[in-house]
Amino acid sequence: MNFDKEFDASGLSCPLPILKTKKALADMTSGQVLKMIATDCGSVKDMQAFADQTGNPLLSQTEEGGKYIFFMKKK
Amino acid sequence: MTTKKMAIIATKGTLDMAYPPFILASTAAALGYEVQVFFTFYGLQLLRKDLSDVMISPLANPAMPMPVPMPVMVQMLPGMESMATMMMKQKLKKHGVASLTELRDLCLEAEVKFIACQMTVDLFEFDKSEFIEQCEYGGAAMFLGFAGDTDICLFV
Repeated sequence: MNFDKEFDASGLSCPLPILKTKKALADMTSGQVLKMIATDCGSVKDMQAFADQTGNPLLSQTEEGGKYIFFMKKK
Repeated sequence: MTTKKMAIIATKGTLDMAYPPFILASTAAALGYEVQVFFTFYGLQLLRKDLSDVMISPLANPAMPMPVPMPVMVQMLPGMESMATMMMKQKLKKHGVASLTELRDLCLEAEVKFIACQMTVDLFEFDKSEFIEQCEYGGAAMFLGFAGDTDICLFV
């Protein structure tokens, strides 16, 4: 999937992946896509909850070798 | 959509009890909530510029996981509190949990409002210059003015 910005939150625990996602989205424009990588398994449900509550759609989430990869579109 | 609001009363000043208010406040702010945290009694220690004295004690804390079972008589010995604190900080770091200072900075950056209880400052004769500048001083009525209108209100 194409993306405009990427950051790696590997090794970080709750709530840092969410807080850093929020920060990363702040300097993006509407419609741009953020790729986020995390190792915290709690981030799977947290990212969905973040998407639901902020209205930024979570385009996909996959797991690859212990890493969770999220693509989120800025609303 | 109206902005959701959350209010937290932080009354504890130990390392373990410092995390919930800062984690919830920073996360709620990231979710778009307007957040205020009222620091009272021992919670005021969390507004000090330097948070390195915030500690955890194994004493009277039977739920704290210890590497080896330790009788209470041993937990009372001098230095045990520092040791437990050091071990807890190492554990937090190893697991990628943010430090208190980092979480507090993230709260401030996200415009979480910190209110320090003026009565506690007077009671313990605290010097306001030891606290961060980004807090306001107020009382119960001021806090309730905001809390009465919130979606979530927590006492920690």
